[in-house]
Amino acid sequence: MQWDIVIGLEIHVQLATKTKIFSGSSTAFGAEPNTQASAVDLAMPGTLPVPNEQAFRYAVMFGLAVNADIGRRSVFDRKNYFYPDSPKGYQTTQLDHPIVGPGFVDIDLADGSRKRVRIHHAHLEEDAGKSLHEDFEGMTGIDLNRAGTPLIEIVTEPDLNNAEEAVAFAKKLHSLVSSLGICDGDMSQGSLRFDVNISLKPKGSDTLGTRTETKNLNSFRFMEQAIAHEVDRQMDILEDGGRIVQETRLYNGDRDESRSMRSKEEANDYRYFPCPDLLPVVIDDAFIQSARDLLPELPEARKERFKEQYGLNEYDARLLSDDAGLAAFFEETAKHGKDAKLAANWVLGEFTARMNAEDKTVARAPITGVQLGQLVARIADNTVSSSGAKKVFDALWSGKSTHADDVIEAQGLKQVSDSGALEQMVDEVLAEMPDQVAQYQQETDPKKQKKMLGGFMGPLMKASKGQGNPKLFTEILLKKLNG
Amino acid sequence: MHNKSVAELARELESGKISSVELTREFLDRIKAEDSQYNSFITVTEDQAMADAKAADEQRAAGKAGVWTGVPFAHKDIFCTNGIATTCGSRMLANFVPPYDATVTANFRAAGAVCLGKTNMDEFAMGSSNESSYFGPVTNPWGRSNGEKRVPGGSSGGSAAAIAARLIPAATATDTGGSIRQPAALCGITGLKPTYGRVSRFGMIAFASSLDQGGTMARTAEDNALMLNVMAGVDPQDSTSADRSVPDYTATLNEPLKGLRVGLPKEYFSDQLSPAMEQQVRNAVKEYEKLGAIVKEVSLPHANLAIAAYYVIAPAEASANLSRFDGVRYGYRCENPQDLNDMYTRTRAEGFGGEVKRRILVGTYALSAGYFDAYYLKAQKVRRLIQQDFINAFKDVDVLMSPVSPSPAFVQGEKTSDPVTMYLEDIFTIAVNLAGVPAMSVPAGFVDGLPIGLQIIGNYFDEARLLNAAHQFQQVTDWHQKLPQ
Repeated sequence: MQWDIVIGLEIHVQLATKTKIFSGSSTAFGAEPNTQASAVDLAMPGTLPVPNEQAFRYAVMFGLAVNADIGRRSVFDRKNYFYPDSPKGYQTTQLDHPIVGPGFVDIDLADGSRKRVRIHHAHLEEDAGKSLHEDFEGMTGIDLNRAGTPLIEIVTEPDLNNAEEAVAFAKKLHSLVSSLGICDGDMSQGSLRFDVNISLKPKGSDTLGTRTETKNLNSFRFMEQAIAHEVDRQMDILEDGGRIVQETRLYNGDRDESRSMRSKEEANDYRYFPCPDLLPVVIDDAFIQSARDLLPELPEARKERFKEQYGLNEYDARLLSDDAGLAAFFEETAKHGKDAKLAANWVLGEFTARMNAEDKTVARAPITGVQLGQLVARIADNTVSSSGAKKVFDALWSGKSTHADDVIEAQGLKQVSDSGALEQMVDEVLAEMPDQVAQYQQETDPKKQKKMLGGFMGPLMKASKGQGNPKLFTEILLKKLNG
Repeated sequence: MHNKSVAELARELESGKISSVELTREFLDRIKAEDSQYNSFITVTEDQAMADAKAADEQRAAGKAGVWTGVPFAHKDIFCTNGIATTCGSRMLANFVPPYDATVTANFRAAGAVCLGKTNMDEFAMGSSNESSYFGPVTNPWGRSNGEKRVPGGSSGGSAAAIAARLIPAATATDTGGSIRQPAALCGITGLKPTYGRVSRFGMIAFASSLDQGGTMARTAEDNALMLNVMAGVDPQDSTSADRSVPDYTATLNEPLKGLRVGLPKEYFSDQLSPAMEQQVRNAVKEYEKLGAIVKEVSLPHANLAIAAYYVIAPAEASANLSRFDGVRYGYRCENPQDLNDMYTRTRAEGFGGEVKRRILVGTYALSAGYFDAYYLKAQKVRRLIQQDFINAFKDVDVLMSPVSPSPAFVQGEKTSDPVTMYLEDIFTIAVNLAGVPAMSVPAGFVDGLPIGLQIIGNYFDEARLLNAAHQFQQVTDWHQKLPQ
């Protein structure tokens, strides 16, 4: 049987505010346990939440970036459940009046097509603390540093139909919130966490199947694997005539296994009701404008600008514009490198390859956009050949030097572009190779001629000690040989 | 000195006739000598009080004294006091010492007042008789002549009894459904529940957040005004506190009442009220007519729905507010928990008393899937109708007057077995909390030798007018000066 896969995502995005959503405690990651937990975060008796305006502004920025309606009257609700990392015994979240209403995000797929993914809504809420099960024999430790960190939970419509689309959407969202500056984007620290809702239905059917939710996936790779795993699991059950149980599942990426966390029957009755400690927050036009004023250039707009301004093709422009850091690096390179296409080739080629090989990020790369631009400028003006340029890049990357010109000077990588000197070398080499010259001149197939031309380049480069400008050599050769 | 009002004590201190150290000593001695009869204090902070009194005297010597500098008072044990046990009348918090002050506490500290301790209360402010306290019931100083012990009302019964017994001239209190006004009435003192949002709730342990309001208790209206001057105002730590200017509540106490429009809600003069009670209340209203007030009958058509709506909304909020008492971070934790669930279950089973558990269960039920619409949502709709009743009434009158409670102080144990009868104690006070308007209880006579109160209800943020009306009444009556026994 053929199946349609239906996927919806819920994404928890930690907002990069300095302080928590309802208290003045720091949100910085990695502090000693419970050193960033105030009386409010500990839910001490009588303490009250005070909303963090910046969290609202960031949420509105997200809403504007996904073309969404902004909830003008934003209401907080209490979601009641007992767990030690939830100090109040309820989570303060939004149910019926979220801050971000329906919107959409367009994703680009590998085959070049584009797909619109609808956002159902996004709401503000507080993160929970962490339970530390490993460190205490027979007991559990609680770290409430994370408790109260502002989150937006983004809920999509079930518009995704395979793992590739889901991952493309996830990456797009990651790029978006990073570009907006509302999230640090560090998935290894849990700054973005994905829950995946998956169901299968017979191909073409209008009726959705029973779904499962796989929670807390914090890398794109695990997400892709978890979807593949869950689709296979459901398909096996359905094709054996079984039924899918509505449940929440946990996926273990290291073992490629999943297990049930709780079924629908075991789910809590969260007894949502409006939080009486927080008045409805009215979002007015002035506030929305204040968020709009903070919107940076978004990847989509940047890509179009790159095509226009730098003459890049769609593919290169997209690769360079998705990540704000890489985009800024490219623009520095292009500015100092004089030749934007050449700059794009170097950023997406040597630079990206080296970053990937050494697991570096743009921010932590040992070379700046200005430095790479200075090198690109020397390639563009023929000072250095492309093979020489690789040596210059190595020297800059390893930190041996900080300026391309110094490396070119020190390693003698400067090309000879004096046409008189080059012409003399060509004359000398041709004089030593009369047979090959004759052969070339008798050949009528231009392809074979082109290949034979290479035979003269070796001796020429040797004669010039590798410093002859190959382009000029070729020009002179052609002139001489074709007489 | 212990029979003097706050205003009088402030003048004595100012004139130098007595020091704060001497005054504080006198009240501490009275508490030591007398409170075993009433059990109105949970904690007495003698050393701290004496140190604060000394500091107050030094401040006065330095010429930096205000009205409250060196005046003794007490806090209801629901207001967090930095470094001093704050129990909320519960075993759950019997060992809890907050590392912070409630805003109300900090305000009194800043004003230089000397806190002598923490007063007894119904557990988590849930009760109308002060019989649900983990620290034992409070006895009303009134009505002990024939060996009976009567309740002081609740939940602020400790504050009310301590003032009536002249153990303290003033005390803070809170009112969620009548917890200031009813004990004030039953103990023959004056109490004010301000408009919701007038006084910060930060550090005031929550019962029902949308109804809870901190307020004042003292013998005179003037003292209530002096207290409210310290307590009122917006607080950046409480986003439900009202960002409105605070008048000097003593400035308008002496305005004449001529032309004051008084409304008598007909629903509050019903069968539930004994003829003797009604007579006393109507006599008090006559005094106002003599002072120039114009009295008319008005209607609060949804008054009969108030108790039902309240007993859905308040427990619903309480069920969530009390979830934080889980034994994890502070407060009571059961012995030797076997696992997490066992710890939660036994901690809460052992740490909470019966009335608290009853309300958590009621509230949890009202919020449950399938019942939410029928209970919580419906109650919220009723609440809006009740608010509208008051808004409409205040289009025609300046204040409303009514009884505070259906009867005077009852004998301890009389209503504990029947929660519904107990809940009806608040039949005339609860709608005020649902609407969020301010109201006072003013001593207005005696029934069977027991004090009763006149309730004066005002429009939103009209506390100054209530205090003015109460003060003028106290210029022509002496009910508030009567001493028990």
